Amino acid sequence: MREFLLSMGYDRWILPALLIIPVLGALAILIGAAAIESPTADGSAAGVVPASAARFARWTALVTFLAEFVLSVGLWWSFDPSGDGWQSLVSVSWISMWRVNFTVGVDGIAVVLILLTTFLMPLTVMGSWTSVREKVPTFYALMLILTTGMLGVFVSLDLFLFYVMWELMLVPMYFIIGIWGGERRIYASIKFFIYTMVGSLLMLVAILYVGFHVGTASASLVPDFSYPDLLARIRVSPIAARWLFGAFFLAFAIKVPMFPFHTWLPDAHVEAPTAGSVILAGIMLKMGTFGFLRFAAPLFPSAALDPTIRAIILGLAVVGILYGALVALVQPDFKKLVAYSSVSHLGFVMLGIFAFTQQSVQGAILVMVNHGISTGALFLLVGMLYERTHTRQISDYGGIARVVPIFATLLTLVALSSIGLPGTNGFVGEFLVLIGAFRTVPYHTMLATLGVIFAAAYLLWAIQRILFNAMDKPRNATLRDLNWREIAVMAPLVACIIWLGVYPEPILRRTDRAASTFVQEVEHGGGVDKSGGSGRMASTAGVVR
Amino acid sequence: MIVQAVPLPGSPAVLPPTFDVHIPLQLTLALGPDILLFVGTMGLMLWAAWRPDSREHQRHVGQASLVLVLATMAMVIAYQVAHVTAGPGVIAVDAFRWVSDLIFLAATAGTIALGIDYNAREGIVAAESHVLVLFATSGMMLLAAGRDLMILFLGIELMSVAVYVLTGFNRRSARSAEGALKYFLLGAFSTGFLLYGIALIYGATGATNLTLIGDRIHLYSLAGTPLVTVGVALLLVGFGFKVAAAPFHMWAPDVYEGAPTPITAFMAAAVKAAAFAAFLRVWLEAFGDVAYQWHDAIWFLAILTMLVGNVVALVQRNIKRMLAYSSIAQAGYVLVAVVAGTTLGASAFLFFLAAYTLATMGAFAVVVALGNAGESHLDIDDYAGLWTTRPWLAVAMSACMFALLGFPVFGGIGFLAKWYMLQAALGAKYFGESRPQVQLALMIVVTSMISAGYYLRVVTIMFMRPARADGGAAGTAARTGRLTEWVVGVSVVLLLALGLAPTYLVSWTAQSAPVFTNRPSYLLPTSAIPRR
Repeated sequence: MREFLLSMGYDRWILPALLIIPVLGALAILIGAAAIESPTADGSAAGVVPASAARFARWTALVTFLAEFVLSVGLWWSFDPSGDGWQSLVSVSWISMWRVNFTVGVDGIAVVLILLTTFLMPLTVMGSWTSVREKVPTFYALMLILTTGMLGVFVSLDLFLFYVMWELMLVPMYFIIGIWGGERRIYASIKFFIYTMVGSLLMLVAILYVGFHVGTASASLVPDFSYPDLLARIRVSPIAARWLFGAFFLAFAIKVPMFPFHTWLPDAHVEAPTAGSVILAGIMLKMGTFGFLRFAAPLFPSAALDPTIRAIILGLAVVGILYGALVALVQPDFKKLVAYSSVSHLGFVMLGIFAFTQQSVQGAILVMVNHGISTGALFLLVGMLYERTHTRQISDYGGIARVVPIFATLLTLVALSSIGLPGTNGFVGEFLVLIGAFRTVPYHTMLATLGVIFAAAYLLWAIQRILFNAMDKPRNATLRDLNWREIAVMAPLVACIIWLGVYPEPILRRTDRAASTFVQEVEHGGGVDKSGGSGRMASTAGVVR
Repeated sequence: MIVQAVPLPGSPAVLPPTFDVHIPLQLTLALGPDILLFVGTMGLMLWAAWRPDSREHQRHVGQASLVLVLATMAMVIAYQVAHVTAGPGVIAVDAFRWVSDLIFLAATAGTIALGIDYNAREGIVAAESHVLVLFATSGMMLLAAGRDLMILFLGIELMSVAVYVLTGFNRRSARSAEGALKYFLLGAFSTGFLLYGIALIYGATGATNLTLIGDRIHLYSLAGTPLVTVGVALLLVGFGFKVAAAPFHMWAPDVYEGAPTPITAFMAAAVKAAAFAAFLRVWLEAFGDVAYQWHDAIWFLAILTMLVGNVVALVQRNIKRMLAYSSIAQAGYVLVAVVAGTTLGASAFLFFLAAYTLATMGAFAVVVALGNAGESHLDIDDYAGLWTTRPWLAVAMSACMFALLGFPVFGGIGFLAKWYMLQAALGAKYFGESRPQVQLALMIVVTSMISAGYYLRVVTIMFMRPARADGGAAGTAARTGRLTEWVVGVSVVLLLALGLAPTYLVSWTAQSAPVFTNRPSYLLPTSAIPRR
């Protein structure tokens, strides 16, 4: 398979193609819809999109996303798990005066997350097939542009390009929440936008500062933003490294979101339309943790290993795990419950990353994927239920398992995977994180384990109140069960839940190299200042205790 | 006009020659585009007065003005392409001038195009409004060309007097008259500062030529003497007024609100850019040696301007006032380039002004398109639901807002401008030594965060609020004029396209800047210069 793909030059065109196809799809939707609308433009009231334009937009989006998925699947094989460095590397000069290049490439982490993205996107389109009724073409065009931004973040190897892609994600999501969202959508969208932008602007200054401090760059005024260059030849003082790490930390921690920076998340997730929630939880939250893995820690290892900073981050991760779970426990709104469970799950990822062991980092990557699948599926199911009843309050349901058996089965299965039941994907990731982290930060890990128990508490209790109990609301008696489209949306997700729960080896094999490189980079880089990386690790762990 | 250098006793004979007045052809060549514009403007003024005022006449004079501006632009581009340059003289002949001229002329073309539609809608029949814009533009081109304080003063006056009149051009509007009077009084006041400063500098150095001033301050170690210090301070106040930098910005919001909208666009885009072009040239060419005195002053001005502009803009309800404060804030960003004091700073300066002009022109063009007769519908809330009724205008306005916010892709070139400015701040030098202005860079991004509050509100209201019951601007605006549509379209398309493919503009502005590197002291290390 790999030979076949390489014989087509797959390596050389796949990443630019993945970035450009959604943009072309978006243009096709906007132009096509405008062409369909125009004959009736005089007769119909302004703003009402004719059904044919909406149908055209849906199908174009679905076809584009499926094409995107089919193309990207090749990465699964073309990526060489044992290869070092960046693969599928493409570099084109963009703004030569600023030494800004369009450089894209992948490592094991990026490959897995790209596939997660292209896998989830067609499902979100099918999931929002009937729930989005207004301004349909624009909605799908924004979804496509959003995809370019998300994939761009994963593949960028130039900090300028990375920043552009990072911000590119922001605007479509802001519109998706603000136009198609729930009642408090305007508040939620502005909060989302401003929170994210506050973090990323400080990162912008940090990126520029770093660009001026590569190798002997002080001789010339033109900074260098190539990530491989930066990684090899960055020269910043330990004090500056701490501030720079802080700037990157803020941008990524808001996106993750870590505990005190999480307040935008419940609003955005709850108010967003189903597709928006799925993308937010499934993919966009991973941008933050991916940023830590790719940029923040490897670029500034001395800061990442600094005992105080590490203690703070690990502490916040554990607080996030417990706080997210406890708050989820008391939510009367099911969508909000799922939103807070994300805070808890992403805490595991942060714990895994900052434990700095091979196992915990691989576990963190796996949790990222699993959370995308499970929480994405949960949001889709919540959305399907909401579409029928227009309420998200848990107390408005009860005993509906008898009326909607297929829905009940799927919800239970997905909830169990989110809890981390052995045999489902959730278990593998969290277990790896806990095992790996126990070696360096045992006390944090013990506390984090409580999070798994709380997860069982809030999800099982919610399921009990929604699906089982007595059916005391008469209007629930007439609920329709899932239709074929909805089952088709859930089937691939359920398949992944089982597959990754039983046999996660393919993903682990592909992320193995990247995880060990990450741990080495951080430890080795951290050891440059004070000799003996491993000794420093041990002392760090000691301080944390 | 030609100021002869008066050698001071004991001065060596190495002073650079003044412009050779014996070669009028060369002078004519150097002033080619200026002469074309000025002579054409004279002709148009006569034509405007020749026929009785009528709607058609207004439109015809406007169209002829537009053609004249485009012809001048073509000539400037020809000069730029042919690399017409010359050594030091009273008239600067360099790439910096040509690029600045292009920025002013583009803004002028937009203003006149908007003005034709605006006058038609408001029932203004006086064709002279377009001619006055052209006079102001002649002044601006003189400002970019002047390498002599007297020429700069002429340019400033020619520009300002025309704009005073234009501000009060809508005679039926009380606010317009109020704005004009306020602008005139404060403008005259600031001109006083400027003249006094010029006089003191002349008293200290015996020269009004920027190159001579710089050389003499250096040769005779005049830096720090009272005359020079006070003179520089007064000039700073004068220019501060002209570019509306805090705390000299008080006139701007009232004048911007009162003036007819196309003229507001003109003031925000072109007048400010012209004042800045002169500002940068004077400071880096003449006062390089005194940098240790003004460096911190401009540093504080920049910080204060960014803060005041952005914070006060947050509470504005009127779109023109909001854009006025936004333009004050943007002036703060531009001042960073002056503080940076490097070639990189000068290139960032030009790039930023180009981006800012495009975004401002686009935004005001949308305001013109949506304003009704009598300038109603200027509240930001009037734009509610614009997306459903006038989707393209809403998209265009959003692009301009994102550009002013400095957001990539959706704001096109706006982000690159901010990136360039941050680069300049972090690559800043002080007397030849690297001194990254991290605080300024952080201030740029912190105030950008604040600015998200008001730029984003416009987008939110247009896209996410339902249209008001009475329709607001979205429902009731008359049909937008063809020329206004063109201005909106060209600005936004350029804004977005240059955002994706900026290579040419970047290298162009970068090549146009090095004119200042021949000024020694501020840019090169000199141990003889006193330091803090």
